[in-house]
Amino acid sequence: MAGITGKDTVLTAYAVALEQEAPKGRSLTQDALRRLFANKAAVVSIFLLAAVILIAIIGPYFLPWSYDKIDWTSIRKPPDFAKGHFLGTDQNGRDMAARILQGTQMSLTVAGVATVVSVVIGIAYGAIAGYFGGRIDAAMMRFVDIMYALPYILFVIILVVIFGRSPVLLFVGIGCLEWLTMARIVRGQTLSIKEREFIEAARAGGAKPFAIIFRHIVPNLTGPVVIYATLTVPEIILTESFLSYLGLGVQEPQTSLGTLISFGAPVAEALPWMLFGPALFLVLMLVCFSYIGDGLRDALDPKDR
Amino acid sequence: MIAYAFRRVLSAIPIVFLTITVCFFILRLAPGGPFDGERALPANVLKNLRAHYNLDQPILTQFFIYVGGVLQGDFGPSMVMEDFTVSRLLSIGLPFTLMLGFTAFIVGTIAGLVAGALAAVNQNRWPDYLLVFVVLIPLIIPNFLMANLAQLIFGVYLGWLPVGGYRPGSYINLVMPIIILAMPHGARVARLVRGSMIEVLGTNYIRTARSKGLGAALILTRHAIKPALLPVVSYLGPGLSYLLTGSLVVEQIFALPGIGKYFITAALNRDYGLVLGTTILYVFIILALNLIVDVLYAWLDPKVRLN
Repeated sequence: MAGITGKDTVLTAYAVALEQEAPKGRSLTQDALRRLFANKAAVVSIFLLAAVILIAIIGPYFLPWSYDKIDWTSIRKPPDFAKGHFLGTDQNGRDMAARILQGTQMSLTVAGVATVVSVVIGIAYGAIAGYFGGRIDAAMMRFVDIMYALPYILFVIILVVIFGRSPVLLFVGIGCLEWLTMARIVRGQTLSIKEREFIEAARAGGAKPFAIIFRHIVPNLTGPVVIYATLTVPEIILTESFLSYLGLGVQEPQTSLGTLISFGAPVAEALPWMLFGPALFLVLMLVCFSYIGDGLRDALDPKDR
Repeated sequence: MIAYAFRRVLSAIPIVFLTITVCFFILRLAPGGPFDGERALPANVLKNLRAHYNLDQPILTQFFIYVGGVLQGDFGPSMVMEDFTVSRLLSIGLPFTLMLGFTAFIVGTIAGLVAGALAAVNQNRWPDYLLVFVVLIPLIIPNFLMANLAQLIFGVYLGWLPVGGYRPGSYINLVMPIIILAMPHGARVARLVRGSMIEVLGTNYIRTARSKGLGAALILTRHAIKPALLPVVSYLGPGLSYLLTGSLVVEQIFALPGIGKYFITAALNRDYGLVLGTTILYVFIILALNLIVDVLYAWLDPKVRLN
């Protein structure tokens, strides 16, 4: 599911921009942020996305039905405002609006946790490879190259099949396979940071390699980490919905957008609201993320416009 | 050139071996197995079954038996679909998946090239805006959703195309799957071509060609196309693996008899033999395709091969 937001190109643009001298008085990040906020599509997307997240979190408290509650009087019914089923009900009489919000929550949680896992692995791996260099670096990056060549979705599916379908394992499994790009970028940054004077000073002061890596190098990686995290979330939402669609995702009565779509698709002819509700939420989030990614790239690499 | 290709082949062998090893041990050490049904099997039946599939041997022995088999093209038996060996299932599914994937690849690449070039030539005019917008759609909407919507619109509401299934010769059933599979690929190609073409069209030698009075079509075909294609060629390798993984879901949704469908079914049934076989095959195909693309790239760009 890589490539929807152009994560690699954005991060590469960032690394290239860092290499060049930043203009006096403004840091690269400030400059990029200013340009990002001048981009109307990106700003609208950020607000829309924030609204979706907010609705997903607090919305369920305002709905009359909860996501696992069965309304025996309205099974398979289209939207009905009088009864409080704003987006209809499913075959079991559960409120679709509540289920969609719960599914959005689940998708976002999976994405958030998996992103954190992949960022942590990516930073540790890349910084260690970059700092030690030489043969360790060559071996570690060779491994990344190998992983890149492999179809990672197959491994996610194998992991999910083996370790059951608990959401926690889903988070960790996806996160464990998404860190490759992060490791590459972090390694590249580390290679240039470790030549700077403050690292030499730390070494002269007797700091151990791992203390230098995690205390002095990692805090300097905030920029790429934030960009990476922003662009990884939608990719994981997509992966998760793909797995859920195949029936390998979270279990009932919990749900996610992919699961809802997979249940809605076969009955979409008779009960269209069961497909279009969750599909709309998924696509809306992905559109927002895609425009934010575009905005970030333009902000970092103005020559492209 | 040949030395470069040879080096690349040698470096791919350990990757295949590593994949086999890792997947084999993960799958064997996992809890649960293909014989865990709703009703527990009698102990002596289970014992016979385990002996039949060599599951009573030490795990290392099992591994060597398996690798020895794979080297001879024997991926062992399928543990859920009795009467079938994995090799037989793969030999049924593989030609179909390859046919589907390659057709989608060709359709997508050509459509992407044309769309990207058209957008670049008309940069910042309405065809460009239209194409950039159209290209965004398959990149944002996930393919399983796209497939379902296409089934609903063209299969059910309009009734133009069959919604799924396939028997040999009924090519009309493949129109929708191929287009769905080709769309994201074509969109990525179009984006790449547009970007690199715009860059190339801004270079000095294109200005020179223009100033000496060469027509737009000639400039495009003789001077601009070739350098603009380099990023596309380097994308084709990853693009092909996206296509193959995309075929997982497309085969599932349109009920097509390829290895992607076997993989998913096997994964849901815990049919370890079939999961292992399909995974190895996928990895092998993807590595082979990447290899071909890399060699092609080295041929196009001498800087790569001399490095």
